[in-house]
Amino acid sequence: MSRRAAAIPAVLLLAVCWTWTALFAAPNRIRDQGADPPPARIVSVVPAATEILFAIGAGPQVIAVSSYDHFPPEVERLPRVGALVDPDLERILALEPDLVVAYATQRELVEQLTRASVDTYRYAHGDLDDIWSTIRGLGRAAGRLPQAARLVASIEARLDTIDRRIAGRQRPRVLLVFGRDAGSLRGVYASGGYGFLHDMLERAGGRNVFARIDSERVQVTLEEILAASPDVIIELRANLSADAVEAEEEVWGALPGLPAVRTGRVGVLTGEELVVPGPRVADAVDRLARVLHPGAF
Amino acid sequence: MKPAPAAPAASLEVALADGDTRHVSLGRRLARVVVGFGAAALLALVLAPLAGSTRVDLLRALDPTIPFAANVDAQILFVARLPRTLAAALVGSALAASGVVLQALLRNPLATPFTLGIAAGSSLAAMLALTFGSALTLGGLSLVPFASFVGSIGAVSIVYGLARARRYGLSTDVLLLAGVTLNAFFSALVLLVQYFADAAETLRTVRWLMGTLDVASYVPILTALPFFLAAAALFAWIARPLNLLALGPDAAAARGVDVLGAQRVAFLSASLATGAAVSLAGPVGFVGIIVPHLVRIVVGADHRLVLPGAALLGAAFLTVCDVGARTLFAPMELPVGIITAVTGGPFFLWLLVTRR
Repeated sequence: MSRRAAAIPAVLLLAVCWTWTALFAAPNRIRDQGADPPPARIVSVVPAATEILFAIGAGPQVIAVSSYDHFPPEVERLPRVGALVDPDLERILALEPDLVVAYATQRELVEQLTRASVDTYRYAHGDLDDIWSTIRGLGRAAGRLPQAARLVASIEARLDTIDRRIAGRQRPRVLLVFGRDAGSLRGVYASGGYGFLHDMLERAGGRNVFARIDSERVQVTLEEILAASPDVIIELRANLSADAVEAEEEVWGALPGLPAVRTGRVGVLTGEELVVPGPRVADAVDRLARVLHPGAF
Repeated sequence: MKPAPAAPAASLEVALADGDTRHVSLGRRLARVVVGFGAAALLALVLAPLAGSTRVDLLRALDPTIPFAANVDAQILFVARLPRTLAAALVGSALAASGVVLQALLRNPLATPFTLGIAAGSSLAAMLALTFGSALTLGGLSLVPFASFVGSIGAVSIVYGLARARRYGLSTDVLLLAGVTLNAFFSALVLLVQYFADAAETLRTVRWLMGTLDVASYVPILTALPFFLAAAALFAWIARPLNLLALGPDAAAARGVDVLGAQRVAFLSASLATGAAVSLAGPVGFVGIIVPHLVRIVVGADHRLVLPGAALLGAAFLTVCDVGARTLFAPMELPVGIITAVTGGPFFLWLLVTRR
């Protein structure tokens, strides 16, 4: 009995060590700039990261992308290797990459690639500041740190220009919607007070009506929308035809009491740059700012 | 000395549940059921619009001197809360009554409105509409409820066709087995559609499967209303034959029931009601099994009492669950299907263990 009892702490210690190793000590092989040459064959399963790699001049190094990549146009001719839920490990390995950019949540993929001695960059989705750190991180990993620093500086300079244009203007209260059922106000998903969409809205000179909710997305009821009483409603869609845009804007007419509807300040904006947290974020902020402060441009 | 009279609810229950009910006429018992469960439904319907995630000044909301467009309280009450409350009552009522009818038709206490493949059929059609037709509308209205209704009717038609395949009556065994198999088959197709969908679309489809009553306007309710009314008329007619059908088709036929005709009406009415309910709120689980059994415990097995009782209690139950859905984690909404399962499940088990 006592020997068995003594074995328990040992087993527990082993379990803790094993868990620790599995969770935290999985080698996150980021290249050492001094020792390794920059990777010549990069696979990216993250569209935002692909855009960044091309923007910092690492495009020629990218040999395959995810099923959802469409920008820049050069990616259209590259092989596809799956995406967030269905990465094709076999195809990735067959392409003999030096570096794979994967989502941080793709633990199995990262683990398998590590076992196959392929370096990985783990991408985590976050707020506007995270875009800057991702650009720098990818710059370091792809051997293009100076270009990455220049890209961050140029985006920040554009954002500063927008800041100056809208300085001193009244900041309208904005409902930022990025999903709902077509043709109805059911299942409305709006931006909460965290994430790059919220940050973009604030940089564009708007005040998010759901800023108090510490979450990237929030499914809001009609009651919450009515109570929030936004001055402006902006909907972001990756792609939608011009006719559909008009029809979807009219759907908000069901809530004539909202200040935004009364004053006709409801806009559906389309374009992938609005929903991809990549180097086009300044374009997205610029478009939002033009809707929120038309007099400033 | 006379014994102290029992509490009214208990005496009603003893009188009705023990089968020793000959001394009370059906009309009086029906009146008691309607008054009792009707009061619960009415109370829920009146109180539910008063609760919500925001504070509403009722006097201001009902003040006719303030124009509607400038009266946020009135807008919240009439545009946000009232349609949801009505939708909850209709959906709860339809699901509970369908549960009663299908349990009798299939002679299986575990039958639910979704046993015959309706939930999976409508889910598959709704998933397809959400995933591949997300930008499409039908005359300016959302495609999803229509797709969902068509999916329900498609699924039950297949099940019905299979059950009639042997051309001799309507085999309830085949109904049950075909329904269960079709449910599994469609569920797999739902997963397949989700697998190929975009991450954002998957989120929306998963959310649809959890059920929601935020119908956003009266239009979906009015669109579904004719189907609910047709089903209600059929429910009223089917109550008596169901009592005999529940004894088995042979026993029912011996007592002069047109078995196939009654089975058809039962099947059609339950399908219509469930299809309309799912198109309005998604597949909200548990209402169709908890409420019928709860009502049976109180009023006994006579379907002329169980059906109206379940319809009224179903309305009250889902209305109250929806109040929880929109207030518990406000300003975020909790899926109502989770509330029905989390509250209803343990309560039902408790009843199962403590009652007969």
